[in-house]
Amino acid sequence: MKLIIFTYITFIFISINQTYKLKEKSIEDGYEIYQDFCVRCHLNSGSGHKGKIPPLAKSDFLLKNTKESIKAIKYGLKGPLKVNSIQYNGLMESQGLDDEEIADVMNYILNSWGNIYEELITPKKVLKVKKE
Amino acid sequence: MMQINKKKFLYIFFLIQISYGCAQENEPKIEIPEKINYKYEIIIDSLEIPWGMSFISKDELLVTEKSGTIYRVNNGVKKIVTGIPEIYLRGQGGLLDISIHPNFNENNLIYFTASSSLGEENGGNTALYRARLKNHALEDLKLLYKGEENTKKGQHFGSRIAFDDNGYIYFSIGDRGNREENPQNTNRDGGKIYRLTDSGEIPNDNPFVNKKLSKKAIFSYGHRNPQGMIKHPKTGKIWINEHGPQGGDEINIIEKGKNYGWPKITFGINYSGTPITDMTKYPGMEQPFYYWIPSIAPSGMAFSTSEIYPEWKDNLFIGSLKFEYLERLVIKNNKIIKREKILENIGGKVRNVKESPDGYLYVGVDGKGILKILPN
Repeated sequence: MKLIIFTYITFIFISINQTYKLKEKSIEDGYEIYQDFCVRCHLNSGSGHKGKIPPLAKSDFLLKNTKESIKAIKYGLKGPLKVNSIQYNGLMESQGLDDEEIADVMNYILNSWGNIYEELITPKKVLKVKKE
Repeated sequence: MMQINKKKFLYIFFLIQISYGCAQENEPKIEIPEKINYKYEIIIDSLEIPWGMSFISKDELLVTEKSGTIYRVNNGVKKIVTGIPEIYLRGQGGLLDISIHPNFNENNLIYFTASSSLGEENGGNTALYRARLKNHALEDLKLLYKGEENTKKGQHFGSRIAFDDNGYIYFSIGDRGNREENPQNTNRDGGKIYRLTDSGEIPNDNPFVNKKLSKKAIFSYGHRNPQGMIKHPKTGKIWINEHGPQGGDEINIIEKGKNYGWPKITFGINYSGTPITDMTKYPGMEQPFYYWIPSIAPSGMAFSTSEIYPEWKDNLFIGSLKFEYLERLVIKNNKIIKREKILENIGGKVRNVKESPDGYLYVGVDGKGILKILPN
């Protein structure tokens, strides 16, 4: 009986946490999106180009402002931006990605190049981010 | 013993990686001008990605913004042109190049390329449209060509347009992120320069008209992503520039039916630093007129033919998306002998460059607009 309850609780726990795909799978899919849409500017190392393209690797802006980062991918980003104390004033166009693709690429960049981010970004979360 | 071997192996492996990563700059090396004899003024401001530009007269031009707008600009005042078809906005796709017909003053015809989702599959591919421009509206919109098949890939839509002296229209579609299947196969779209008549028909002497399964509009193949194109003002030949991967951007002079080698031969490597091929030449494949290492991410192309910039006469100008400057290339005896940075630190990707009918160079810069270069 104990085993059944334990299994049941485990099952509920897993199902709550996995209304979206597994984090590993999301990161894997996000890598494909990154290679397709992002790598040309942000590079394989996530380092960008100092003063021109902000870095994603160890980026204080990315790791502290996930909502703003989602907004940037979803709707584009223009104007002054400070990343790791360096000032940027560029333009990133919206890439036309759907919510799932944005969630996946967010999970990839949040968990690569030494970046660590516990929370899983889901399409639902992306959907909630509005242009304003 | 094993340990040492492994270490040695890793050491050699990293050496190879480093030597790839820091490949030597191809000659001639880029120079910074000693004296700057020019200034610029912003003619059109507040543009995000000013992809295409075509002059109607010295005071009037058409400008495309990648996100889906055509502007008709008269003496710096821009007005939106209506009647644009639906555009597939994804990755590098959008509303791309624009060109007036060589006899625009009589027929009011304009041509533009855009990514489109027309067709069976999900995703999009590059299309060429023609329309009649009446004041600020497009009429008689006609789809002249649509690349098949659609894909959700974000890369390499091309696209540039140019007319030759016979009135044929040329345009480019990039390899659409499928280098294994598209560029070397003339039965498939992508990685090609196309040639059509001004009404969208296949010229009788196109190189693949008698090849049963080939796309008959193809003029040359084996390209990666051409985003610069111009008719040479003296020879009348079509010149293009195209993005390589990491390293290996190229200038090519387009010849009928020729294969420009991508991805079988290239001077570039993958973004990850791994090689694509160990070959830079192969029988039956063209060598580039020039190649860049490192990549500058070339976009747009113009020759200066006027007397306005005496030191720049007959020089070639190409934008750098990556380093955000305009490159001046001096050609002598059919070779690039000098490269120089113009408009360094302009503060945006240099997307496009054109010579106006009265001989000035106009430059499209992302996030800024259209600049006119003035001699001091």
